[in-house]
Amino acid sequence: MRWGVIVFPGSCDEQDVYDCLKHVLKQDVEFLWHRDNLKNGFDCLVLPGGFSYGDYLRAGAMARFSPVMRGVVEFAARGGLVLGICNGFQILCEAGLLPGVLTRNSSLQFVCRQVYLRLEETDTPFTSAGKKGQLLKLPVKHGEGCYYADPDTLERLRHNRQILFRYVDGRGKNAPGANPNGSIDDIAGVCNEGRNVFGLMPHPEDAAEKILGSEDGLKIFSSIAAACEKREREVRVG
Amino acid sequence: MSQAERFQPSLTPEVIASHGLTQDEYQRIVKLLGREPNYTELGVFSVMWSEHCSYKSSRRWLKSLPTDGPAVLQGPGENAGIVDIGDGLAAVFKIESHNHPSFIEPYQGAATGVGGILRDVFTMGARPIASLNSLRFGAFDDPRTRYLLCGVVAGIGGYGNCVGVPTVGGELFFDECYNSNILVNAFTLGIAKKKRIFKGRAKGVGNPLIYVGAKTGRDGIHGATMASEAFSEATEKRRPTVQVGDPFTEKLLLEACLELMEKDCLVGIQDMGAAGLTSSSAEMAARAGTGVELELSLVPLREQGMTPYEILLSESQERMLLVARKGSEDEVKRVFGRWDLDAVVVGQVSRGRLFRALFHGEEVVRIPVEALTSGAPVYNRPVERPEGHDEVQRLDLSKVREPEDLGAVLRTLLDSPNIASKEWVYRQYDHFVRSNTVVAPGADAAVIRIKGTEKGLALTADGNSRYCYLDPYVGGVLAVAEAARNLASVGARPLGLTDCLNFGSPEKPEVMWQFSQVIQGMRDGCVGLGVPVVSGNVSFYNETDGRPIHPTPVVAMVGLLLRVARCVTPWFKSPGDLVVLLGRTREELGGSEYLKVVHGLVRGTPPWIDLKLERAVQQCCLRAIERGIVRSAHDVSQGGLAVALAECSIGGTERAMGARIETQEMMRADALLFGESQSRIVVSIKERDLGRLKEIAAREGAPLRVIGVVGGTRLIIQPLIQVPVEELKSIWSSSLERRLK
Repeated sequence: MRWGVIVFPGSCDEQDVYDCLKHVLKQDVEFLWHRDNLKNGFDCLVLPGGFSYGDYLRAGAMARFSPVMRGVVEFAARGGLVLGICNGFQILCEAGLLPGVLTRNSSLQFVCRQVYLRLEETDTPFTSAGKKGQLLKLPVKHGEGCYYADPDTLERLRHNRQILFRYVDGRGKNAPGANPNGSIDDIAGVCNEGRNVFGLMPHPEDAAEKILGSEDGLKIFSSIAAACEKREREVRVG
Repeated sequence: MSQAERFQPSLTPEVIASHGLTQDEYQRIVKLLGREPNYTELGVFSVMWSEHCSYKSSRRWLKSLPTDGPAVLQGPGENAGIVDIGDGLAAVFKIESHNHPSFIEPYQGAATGVGGILRDVFTMGARPIASLNSLRFGAFDDPRTRYLLCGVVAGIGGYGNCVGVPTVGGELFFDECYNSNILVNAFTLGIAKKKRIFKGRAKGVGNPLIYVGAKTGRDGIHGATMASEAFSEATEKRRPTVQVGDPFTEKLLLEACLELMEKDCLVGIQDMGAAGLTSSSAEMAARAGTGVELELSLVPLREQGMTPYEILLSESQERMLLVARKGSEDEVKRVFGRWDLDAVVVGQVSRGRLFRALFHGEEVVRIPVEALTSGAPVYNRPVERPEGHDEVQRLDLSKVREPEDLGAVLRTLLDSPNIASKEWVYRQYDHFVRSNTVVAPGADAAVIRIKGTEKGLALTADGNSRYCYLDPYVGGVLAVAEAARNLASVGARPLGLTDCLNFGSPEKPEVMWQFSQVIQGMRDGCVGLGVPVVSGNVSFYNETDGRPIHPTPVVAMVGLLLRVARCVTPWFKSPGDLVVLLGRTREELGGSEYLKVVHGLVRGTPPWIDLKLERAVQQCCLRAIERGIVRSAHDVSQGGLAVALAECSIGGTERAMGARIETQEMMRADALLFGESQSRIVVSIKERDLGRLKEIAAREGAPLRVIGVVGGTRLIIQPLIQVPVEELKSIWSSSLERRLK
């Protein structure tokens, strides 16, 4: 399979994602420049963290208009896998590929710390390698990570089981101090109805090696890799 | 009247004085030029000869610092220092102050401080991979402290996070002496390929000078001069001299410069920092022994009607000056265009060692380069030990009552903002980006790995100004010793240091005495521990209404771990591990946090230090870590042994872990628990490794004593203290946040 990592001029975590895919998971991965039209031949596109175009207006508000994003929207419509991390999640929401919005943290401060996530759904290409209820320890680092959706949308998200991760404490329970940004319903990551576009605020790429304190982030990337390989096999067999 | 003459008001004594130049200095200018300068030239001299740019009061003392060592690739004098870390790689680092702007406008002042130091590092061809900051604020009861602290921390985070460079550590200290003069020192480290290091040199007559980055505005004019004056009531009016940062442009500039450096276009490069276009071009010419010729009308401007004076002296941020190979202009423009940045040829390298500036073809400045750089005055300022210093150093311990409830004292100290957890600060900084952070903020030193190798670098910033106030010589030694000890505690051997020397006005003999003593102390510390100084910065005039801050040297030291996986954190790991104290506790309380917080005293002499013993303790800790037998290691510093043990118990991100400690020393209980004797490290080991640790300690000559065992839910220091660790953790971790509510 082939991975594409989209690079906006203000991306900060693109190298982290690249190194994790290339050197830890030995994947085939390429950077894609924001100004170029999207090329063919990718199985999964990653929108990394950072400050795409400075984000002085609202995180991700400008990035959705970049040339590469037209291709990302089409790619997603054809069923391609799209993963948005942090700023990438914000961009996917701004671009309408994911429901809801990300607003300023309830503390009104940037927050950088380790959090625990509870895996809520495993029937997606992003989480299939995990077990329901499993805990992942990942870092967050953002100023605008407070997820919000109106009551109808929220109901739909629950009904369709689109909430893939929630913030919990170290024992897997919902707790006041566990949610780092005030997100509604402790939501840390959601997917679209088609289950091929997924965004989350925590950074799996910064928790991909034991020396960095956690390898839990690999769960997400290896789920995607396994899903793509399965698809390839099915295509070959079919 | 010609176009140029319109911008040249005549020079009255008032105009000269308002440029911060003395009459003697003005006469020196006239002599060097062989004529009176015009207004623009006066402006150029005033910034280049400012204390900030010329080091005119500090230079003669700085010379005594050791700057050479086996790993040093570049010592002081360039944009940053460089040390060799093997594998064809080099670590490039520097610390710099942004004190005055941060006091006037905390968010932007601190933000642009980060921006400036980042440019100093990537201008040399290094990708910045870690930042630290060292902050000093006034007492918490000063109404401005909260406002300044919140603004500075948000500014550092806002800038560093957006550029994508992790802030991995630092220090924070509160004292009344900083009430009207906070300190904001920013440090950045980058990694470069040893063969691709770039310097600020304007070589090759005819090569184009290319301006890149943000446009030039009227902000920051005379910032360097402002940084060279003391504060007064009128300082609020200085707000317009503070620059405004744009981290997104900095990020573009960083990526564009690093991309260009991969090609074969660049001859020299320098950040337009203090004194902007003037100092970057003049300093590059001075280093190369050439001249420069600038056409100011070509400089991209943000505002209309800017005069040559304003263009030359603007300190607008996010700008760089390149010297490119002739013929490569289009390639440079192409690279910067890819990042949506201007790249404009504004002049060229010339013969004749002249700094010339034209405006629409008319000459407005013509000054020999040397007159601006090596021709700046060097002062041998008078030095005098302050009157009454003997009294400050006098401490009669028999008059200091020993508290009965020592557990309560421990709680009080853990609640002191100087000792309490700094998580409220560092959680506002991205410390994970670039996925290199092995030991995050909160430990004795931060540790980052070097991708593609097994190595790691450890970073720390230290400096206890209370010690320096009481005895500046000893304080200087201790700043170096503590930084090296912090590196040893994580398992890193020092490669070099960068220093930021924050002092009051050099025109006061007492301040110059402090300065000279601190430098001598640092020199002896560096020589004794074998650590060279590779870069640094001096910030004088840190005083308001005539009251100087305590002398505050900040030492940021970088160390190497050959195997980063072996690094150690300060926190106890498993019940049953032995707690061992390396070093010796003496009965001394001078300058301690305990004396200040509990007894309200800042007096006495700072802790005694013997560099031989210091070295032995550090070597013992390092060797034991390298042999893989150390489970945790923590330097004993502010708050003494009891606070160090509490931190070992509660400092980690996991659950607190108690310990049972036995004391034997025959001395005052408060000195034993809270005295700040130097050259001590608390380590924990598996019981079976005690013999090996003893062997190492004996070989290195380090005193060693088993003082207890890890385990339980309480910290017990027999027979003096017995407290539940969860309670200590709650006090220690909530202190800052509670005070800021």
